Amino acid sequence: MTRLRFWFLLPARLWFIVLFFAPLAIICAYSLLTRGVYGGVERPWTFENYRRMIDPLYGAILLRSILLSALATAICVVLAFPLALFISRATRRKSLYLHLVILPFWTSFLVRTYAWMFLLRDTGLVNTALIGLGFLRQPLPLLYNDGAVLLGLVYGFLPFMVLPLYATLERMDPALLEAAADLGARPWAVFFRVIVPLAKPGIWAGVALVFIPCLGAYLTPDLLGGGKSVMIGNLVQNQFTNARDWPFGSAVSLTLMLLTLAALGALYRRGPKELL
Amino acid sequence: MKRGLAIYAALAYVFLHLPLATLVIFSFNASRFTLWEGFSLRWYQAVFTDADMADAAWNSVIIAIVSTVISTVAGTLTAYALWKRGSRLISGSLYLSLVTPEIVTGISLLAFFQWAFRWLGWHLGLYTVVLAHISFSIAYVAIVVAARLQTFDPALEEAAMDLGATEWRAFWRVTLPALTPGIVAAGLLALTISFDDYVITSLVAGVDSTTLPMVIYALARRGANPSINAISALIVVIFGAIILISERLREA
Repeated sequence: MTRLRFWFLLPARLWFIVLFFAPLAIICAYSLLTRGVYGGVERPWTFENYRRMIDPLYGAILLRSILLSALATAICVVLAFPLALFISRATRRKSLYLHLVILPFWTSFLVRTYAWMFLLRDTGLVNTALIGLGFLRQPLPLLYNDGAVLLGLVYGFLPFMVLPLYATLERMDPALLEAAADLGARPWAVFFRVIVPLAKPGIWAGVALVFIPCLGAYLTPDLLGGGKSVMIGNLVQNQFTNARDWPFGSAVSLTLMLLTLAALGALYRRGPKELL
Repeated sequence: MKRGLAIYAALAYVFLHLPLATLVIFSFNASRFTLWEGFSLRWYQAVFTDADMADAAWNSVIIAIVSTVISTVAGTLTAYALWKRGSRLISGSLYLSLVTPEIVTGISLLAFFQWAFRWLGWHLGLYTVVLAHISFSIAYVAIVVAARLQTFDPALEEAAMDLGATEWRAFWRVTLPALTPGIVAAGLLALTISFDDYVITSLVAGVDSTTLPMVIYALARRGANPSINAISALIVVIFGAIILISERLREA
C-alpha cells in the first residue's frame, strides 16, 4: 500500500527540495548579505536591506502597490456582483454565460495587457477615434499612469471575482428572496440585506483571489505604467536586472511574499475553504 | 431589476471582450496605423515570414511540450500519492507555490540557478526555462487531478485488489482510466500557462532561448506594430480552442 505511494511521491519531493526549498533558502540568505562591488553578493551579514524598505522612495512604492491592489479589488467586487447575479439567475444558456467570463481570462495575459496598450496609447484606437471625430486636437495621455495600471488590474483579474461570487449566489435558496419580498422588502432592501450578507463567503474568496495577484503584479504596471506607476514587482525585477542589487531585491521579494501570506491568512479565515 | 441586470451584463461582456475583439479586427487592417484602410493579410504574412518570430515560436512549443509532459506525469503521481495519504509539507508547499507572485518565483529560481551553476560551470538556456515551467506547472496539475480524485470511489480500487490485482495494476487499470479526462484537462492548462509565461521565462532564459512572449513583449515596448495584433489574434484563437476542450473534459 505505502510502497507505491513512496515512489509516486518522489518527483514531488525532488521538486520540493530543488525547485521550491533551495531557491527560497537562497533568497532568504541573500536578503541578509551585502551587495558586492561588481553586483555580486558578499558578506558581512546585515539587516540593512530590510531597513531600506522603509526608505520614503521604496515606502511609496509599497504603499502604491497596496492602494492600487485594494482599489482594483473594490472595483472588481462592484463590477462582478451584478454580473455574477445575472449568471446565477439565468434560466437558459448559463454555461455559455460562464464560458464568456472564463474565456478571455485564459487567453494569454500578455496579449490581454497589450490590447489595452493598443487602445490607450497616444496613437491608439481611442485617441485616433476621438481626434478623427473632432472631439480632440491633441491625444489624451491615457497610458503610463496609475489609472491605466488600475484599469489593467481590474480587467486582468475580474473573472477571479465573478467565479466565486457566482458559486455562492448559485447555491442561494430563491425562497429566501421571495420570503423577504413577501414580507414587504423592496428590491434594493432584498439585495443589500439578504443577498449581499448571504454572499459574504464568496465575496471574501473573490477578494483574496483578486487582491493577492494584484499585489504581486509585474506585467501590468510594467507595460501600462511604463515606469511611471511602479509596483513592488517592478522594484524586485529592477534590483535583479538594472540595479544589480541582489541582496536588496531579495529583501523586497521576501517582503512581498510576507505581504501575500498576511493577506491570504487574513482573508482565508473569512472565505469558504473549498474556494481557495 | 431583471431587465437592468441583463443590460448591465451585456455591458460587462462588452468590457471583457471588446479589447481583444478590436485587437483581432485591426490585425486585418491594411494600414500600419490605427486607421481602417481596408482588409489585408499583410501582417499575417509578416508574422509567418519573420525568422526571429519562427525561432521564438519553435522554442515556446518545445518548452511547452516538454514541461507539460513532465509536470503532468509528476503532478498526477503527486495528487494520487497525497490522495492515498496526505503530506502537509508537500501539499502546503504546492499551495504556497501557487500564491507566490511570479516575479518572486522567477528571481528565486534565477538566483538558485546562478548559484548552482557557478560550481557546475553551466549556463542559462532552454533547459532552465523548462525546469522553471515544470516548477510552477506541477502545482496546477496536482490540484486539478486532486479535484478529480475527490469524486473517485476508493472502493473501486479496493475491489480490484481483492480480486487479485497488484497495487500498481489497480492504479493503472482502474484509477488512471477514471482520471484521464482530468489529467488531459490539467495538461492542457499547463500547456497554455507555459506557452504564455513571460515574467518567469524572461528571467531564467539564456541568450539562445528567446520565447514567443519575449518577442511580443519586446515589440510591444518598442511601439505600435500591427504584427503584434496578428500574432495575438493567432494566440487568442488557438488558446480559446485549447481551453474550450479542456473545460469540456473537466466537466465530462
